[in-house]
Formats: sequence, structure tokens, C-alpha cells
Amino acid sequence: MFDTQGMLRSAASSLEGLSPDLLEQLRAVGSKELLPVPQALAELFPEGGVRRGSTITVSGSSSLVLALLAEVSAHQGWCAEVGSPLLGSAAAAEAGVELERFVRVAEPGEQWPSVVASLLEAFDIVVIHPPLRAREADMRRLSARARERSAVLLTTAKWEGAALGLTVIEQRWHGLGSGHGYLQAHELEVQSLGRGAAVRPRRATVWLPQASEQLSQASEQLPQAL
Amino acid sequence: MTAVRALAVWCPDWPVIAAGGSAELPGAVMHANRIVACSAAARLDGVRRGQRRRDAQSKCPELTVYHHDPARDARLFESVAVAVEAIVPGIEIIRPGLLVVAARGAARYYQGELPLLATIARAVSDATRYDVQLGIADGIFAATQAAYAASIVPAGEAAAFLAPLPIRVLDRPELADLLIRLGIHTLGDFADLPRTDVLARFGPDGAYVHDLARGIEIRPPAARVAPPDLDVEMTLDPPIDRVDTATFIAKTLAEQLHERLAARGLACIRISIEACTENGEQLSRSWRHGTTSPAVSAPGFTANAIADRTRWQLDGWLSGAIRSHDGQPSSGLVFLRLVPDEVIHDDGRQLSLWGAEAGRGAEAGGASGPGGDLEQIDRALARVQGMLGPDAVVTAVVGAGRDVAEQIRLVSWGEPRDVLPADAWPWPGRLPAPSPATVLKSAQPATITDIGGNPVVVTGRCVVSAAPGWLRIGQQPPVAIAGWAGPWPLDVRWWDRLTARRRARFQIATIDGAGLLMVCENGRWFIEALYD
Repeated sequence: MFDTQGMLRSAASSLEGLSPDLLEQLRAVGSKELLPVPQALAELFPEGGVRRGSTITVSGSSSLVLALLAEVSAHQGWCAEVGSPLLGSAAAAEAGVELERFVRVAEPGEQWPSVVASLLEAFDIVVIHPPLRAREADMRRLSARARERSAVLLTTAKWEGAALGLTVIEQRWHGLGSGHGYLQAHELEVQSLGRGAAVRPRRATVWLPQASEQLSQASEQLPQAL
Repeated sequence: MTAVRALAVWCPDWPVIAAGGSAELPGAVMHANRIVACSAAARLDGVRRGQRRRDAQSKCPELTVYHHDPARDARLFESVAVAVEAIVPGIEIIRPGLLVVAARGAARYYQGELPLLATIARAVSDATRYDVQLGIADGIFAATQAAYAASIVPAGEAAAFLAPLPIRVLDRPELADLLIRLGIHTLGDFADLPRTDVLARFGPDGAYVHDLARGIEIRPPAARVAPPDLDVEMTLDPPIDRVDTATFIAKTLAEQLHERLAARGLACIRISIEACTENGEQLSRSWRHGTTSPAVSAPGFTANAIADRTRWQLDGWLSGAIRSHDGQPSSGLVFLRLVPDEVIHDDGRQLSLWGAEAGRGAEAGGASGPGGDLEQIDRALARVQGMLGPDAVVTAVVGAGRDVAEQIRLVSWGEPRDVLPADAWPWPGRLPAPSPATVLKSAQPATITDIGGNPVVVTGRCVVSAAPGWLRIGQQPPVAIAGWAGPWPLDVRWWDRLTARRRARFQIATIDGAGLLMVCENGRWFIEALYD
């Protein structure tokens, strides 16, 4: 007979060889239910990613939204944005969002619920800047549509029935002196709070843009001073 | 989104002329016992397209009847195409008897559109004995109608020119029938209908012809250049110099090409036929899918249509257009290639009732494959474009410019995302990355004062009067400034008094952690973007 036990053992040991980061990533991508999120933000989500079909709110930071979009974009996903002001395109490109797969509708006017509903049919994630007087009924209907189409609805303002909300509770810019330097790195203290498994608030410190992490690693490897 | 200026060259009643008839003698071309085309003299006697032979002959007993032969039409039209191409390059044949070409550059070269038309008319009548009518207008459809009327429609007046034309000219018989029953008889009436209603009732094709009627001609949505591996080619050994061999090869190649396109869910709307002779002459000709073809259900060429056009073109070349320097027919063809120049997504078929759900469910989650649901994306965006207009749905290109707003170019969905040479140039004066994540629609006024509360100003030599201490937006209480940098001056278009602007940019960080991009212009401060 086959040595099933032995085969299982060897399979497990080959998995053990992988780094925990990679395993985590594999789990996130492999799961059909989750939309991947950047490593640094994963601890804010009880499941380690955004559940497809859910509605989440991100308030207080556009770069946080861009970081989430960049991860979807990196996995060949399509992103859309409805409403204004639009997220900065240059910042989006720097964050790693593929602009070709990031479609925007800046002025949906009164028809915004129908526009969002159409986009949810096809896009992986739809960012929406809801107008001030959005009706609760519209919000609920759109959340239901997102659930039905397994797309993610990401809103940048208060939304009825959001499963999870990310809020910036503290932020700081680094790199600016008085009259010199320039804005280089943004340190954000983000809190996530929601329903179900997310009812316990979680906190994380995030550095944006993401690239600066690599930068700081790189600077550590600089040759020593002569 | 303006339509390109197009020039149409039309040979009236071409099938009759090509068959050997003339405008003065009553003649008609028959196919399956129906009149396909008739000469002007026959039309005067009451002969019409679509009549049966017996009816036509009862109206006009001396009618000469010719056999219908599209290959002959195309072959003889090649001489007209060659004559026009000698004046303006880049012609596209829509059908034998009608070709279009972009007019803007040539009109500039010949110092005006009228001189250009005169030059072409003279060239064609010198080279061939055929009569042509010419027209120029915005877009291929309007230009064709202008050629029928032998007129030049000034830029921007296509809609007014088209308005009085009957609805039949759209060449959508079913749609025209319905519209006439609804009491809509002219393109103008049709154009007055709300676009959204037309889209809802008649679908994307209806919306497309509605745009044509309004004098708006955008390229069909999401037209894009085919990737190179879609070309099909064949080396011909021994060289072919006979039409019947050419027919056989045309059919094989056309089927190959169509298969390749279909495998990717694409349809071809413009095809280039390229050939090479034994003596090394390079031949190439483009055929465009008639934008007003009655084949509504099939966007783009079918395999048979590609084969026909290839056969016609080879026929045209082999029967005389290839001539060596001494005017003798040159050698046979040794190489043939079909290039799909413009392809569109073939969304002519109906979605199956469950198909959409199943497709989505299968890849719900995980990364959807690259372009996997492109069709769905296209459809969703087409719906939004139908609601808000084609320019409402955009993607961004980060390109040339120093300003945060200036370097962003928004491209309507379906238009090509062209990269301009200037995009790759260095733009000294741009602020370093990271860029602001929110760019305000319009700059928001604010005040900046020093610690003592005096306004901060920037002198003509870019000296800041004092270190900024407080930021105040509107009536909100002032916020203390934790850090600042600048000024980065931006002195643009100083050579033009009307559009010149002088600004100084600052990055400002407040103590509550916000980052702002501020601009001082004419002594006033504005918030231009937020680093949030």
C-alpha cells in the first residue's frame, strides 16, 4: 500500500519550509472569499482580507484607500471610483494601482446609485464618495447588490450597514522641517471596528506610502561612512 | 471628442459603371432577379433598387441588364483607389465604389479643402474615365452623405447637414421601418430623441446610429489595435498570378484569421491586405467594415466578408494594378498577409440567461484572470456611458506637466490611452513623490499667518516674509503649523499675457498631522491638494 502517512508528513514539512509571510499570502489569495489586502493592513481585518460582497468604510485617509486598491490591482483586479473629489491619480500610480484598470466616474449626479449598481456588476472593488444627502434606502440597496455580485463596496463616508470601518485616529507626517525638507513618510494609527468578528476594535500603525518601507530597508544597507 | 475630418470619394452607381454601362444609358445590375443598382437614366424612367426584372423592364423597355459581380466592381475600383492614393495616403475602401480618407493633413498641404477636392477629382478623371463625387465632413458617415450630395460640410455642422436626410440613409432597414411607423422620418427627428431612451429601446447599435444621426462619430467603443500575433500570412510558392488560385488562398487565410479572432472574442472592423510580388513591390490596401452595414447582428467582418475582400483585392492587383516601370504587368505574388488593423469585442451575441451569474460565480473571489471579465467590464461601463455620456467614464494617464492637476490626463473609456512623447521627459519643478492623495476640484482659499498673526507673503524674488505659524480655513479656528517647506515657484506661460500664472507652492504639515499642498498666488493662499 501507499505510505499515506509518510507522504502527508513530507508534504507538511515542505510547507513548513516556506516563510510565514508567504504562507499567509497564499492563504489570502487562495481563498475565494477574500480580496487580498496589503500585509501591513492585514491585522486590521479579522479574516486577514476583505470579504467579498461586503461593504467597508475608510474615513480620514485617501492614501489608505489607494493602498487597498493597489493590492487588488496587483492581483489583476479591476477598480472603479464614483464621486469626487477623485483620488489623486499620480498618488494612485505611485501606490501601485494600475491606472488602466482603475476607472472613474467623477460626476454621477443624481444617478449615482444606478451608476454604482452597474459598476458592481463587473468590478472587484468600487470606491464611492457618497453625496452628503445619500438616502439610507439607496445605501442598503447598494450593499445588497455588492453582496449579490460578490464585489466589494468601499465608501469614504458614513454608510448604513457597513461591515467594517477603518478610521484614522492619529497621523503624522515625517520629512518636513521649518522651511526645508519635504513630505516623505506618513505614519497613521488606524482603528478598525465593525460587526461580527470585528466588534472588538483593532489597531495598527501603518506607514504610507508602502514603498518607503523598502526605502528604509535599503538605507540600512548603505555602505559605511568612509 | 470630435470626429475626424473625413473625405469620401464616391462613384455614383458604381456596379453599373463597372459593368460597362454609363450614366446616360439606362442600365441596371441584377442579382437574384432584383435590381441591385441602376444608372441615372434608368432611374429617371422609374427603375428602383429592389425591383424585379419584369417591373423594371415594364417601366423602361430599353433597359440593359448586367450580371452582378462584386469581384469585377472591386477590381475596377482599384484604379480609382490608386489614383486617389497618389494624392492622399491611407485610404480605406468601404465598398467598391466608395472610399474614405482622413482629410485634415491633406487639406492643409493643398491649402484648403476645396483645392484638395479639385486635385483629387482631376487626378481620378485623368487616370480613369470614371465620374466621381466627393464630399468632406466630420466623420465617415457624414462624409459619405456629403459625397452623395457633392458638398463640403464645415466642421461642427455635420448634425445640421444630416438633420433633413431621410432615416433610410442609416442603412438599418428594420430600425428605419420601425422609426417611420413611429412617425420619425428624418435623421433630425431621430437625433432629437433622448439618447438614454434610444439606448434602452434599441440597444448599443441603436445608440450608435443615434450618435451618427447627431453628427457625432466616435470610434466604436473599445476599438483597439490587434496584438501582432493575430496576423495571418502565407508564402506563395510557386508565385500566384491567376485569380482562381488567389480565390482559394484568400478563403484559407480568411478562415484562419477569423478563427483566431473568434478564439479571443474579437471581431475585425478594419483589415489590411498586404502582398509582395516576385519583383519586390510592396502592395497594401485597407478595407473598413461598412459602418452602416445592414449586418447589425454581426459587428465586424465575417469570415466570408474577409475572404471576399481579399479575393477582390488580389483580383484588382493581379489584373493590372501591379505594373513595373515600363507599364507592363509585373510578376506574380509571392507573399500575402492579412492584418486586422482595428478590432472590437464581439459582443453581438446575446448573453445566456444564466451565463453571467455562472461566469462570475466561478471566479468569485481570487484574482480574476487578466481581461477575464473584460466583456462584463465593457458592458457595465457602456451602461454608465449610456446614462451619463461617453466622457463621464474615464481612466487617468499620468503625463506631462509640473502641476499636480496638470500632469493628469483623463481619457474617456474606449478611447486609446496614448502616451505622448512629453510624458517621458523629465519635468524639473515637479514636487517629489509621494504625490497628494486628494486633489481638490478647485483650490480652496485659506489664510496663513506667522506666529504673531501677520499675513505671510512671498516677494517677487520668492522670499517668504516670515515663517508660517498658523493656518486658517474659512471660519474654523486656526491650526498651528508644525512644519513647512517651500516656496517652489511655478512661473508658467510667461510669454502669453492672458494665460500666464505665477505661483509659489508650499508643503505644510499641521500639528494635528495633516499634510497640505498650498499655493500662494497674487498674495492670496489656496489649498490645492491634501496629503491624506
